Amino acid sequence: MYARHVARAATTADTFNAVAEPRRREILDLLATGERAVNELVDALALAQPQVSKHLRVLREVGAVDVHQDGRRRVYRLNGHALKPIHDWVKRYEQTWTERLEALDDVLEELKQKETGDDARD
Amino acid sequence: MTHATSGTAVVTLPSDTQVLITREFNAPRHLVYKAYTTPELVRRWWAGRRGQMTVAEIDLRVGGMWRFVMTSSEGMEVAFHGTYREIVPDERLVHTEVYEAMPDAEVLNTITLAEADGRTTMTVLVDCPTQEIRDGMMASGMEVGMQEAYDLIEQIAIELAEQA
Repeated sequence: MYARHVARAATTADTFNAVAEPRRREILDLLATGERAVNELVDALALAQPQVSKHLRVLREVGAVDVHQDGRRRVYRLNGHALKPIHDWVKRYEQTWTERLEALDDVLEELKQKETGDDARD
Repeated sequence: MTHATSGTAVVTLPSDTQVLITREFNAPRHLVYKAYTTPELVRRWWAGRRGQMTVAEIDLRVGGMWRFVMTSSEGMEVAFHGTYREIVPDERLVHTEVYEAMPDAEVLNTITLAEADGRTTMTVLVDCPTQEIRDGMMASGMEVGMQEAYDLIEQIAIELAEQA
């Protein structure tokens, strides 16, 4: 059975906040490689169970993860559709900086060569 | 020409009102600082592949102003300006930044440069007055660079969706 996270529609801004927290990003990274039970997440993160559960609750509320019961285990997995808008947002902003700083790389290469040339003449 | 760097800028969100950009360069930090604070050098990288810079003015002293104007390949002109608050040569730069189309949304940028083994790690911390301004700033960056990044994220999203 899947948890109901649709009581109130999560906004992109909510998702944004939920995934901004570094520990929650770690949880999402772990879940990106496959679904995990709560105790597996606790072990992998080296955090106390109540903390992990709290982070999972936040992620569930914005629909970033789904949970289902597998026997006695509560198993979490990523919900890619919910994460896509936020991923887009950060990645595109990141891309702007990546392009800008790649251009800076070229300038730096030139400055380095120029500096080496100056040293050689000293 | 070699690109011996980590290649991508990493963007994280340390709090509701902040953005942190981290990037490593294969160059000592005094050169990164020079490229960041010299108008004719800024002209060559700041616009990235998005357009041409038409104005790069830098009055590098505390209280001094800077102003950058870029004309995008679609012909749109975007202008930014700000004031230097803190200057530690080769190490740290703190300045305000205003996108002139949204003059009420001033952010504060803190740039730090740390060198190890001839390589420099640069961080740019952007402090925004409100979360709305932070989110708006990130969203506006995305309009311009949209197409290039799309394939990458699309692929990740599809993979995630397939697992679900």
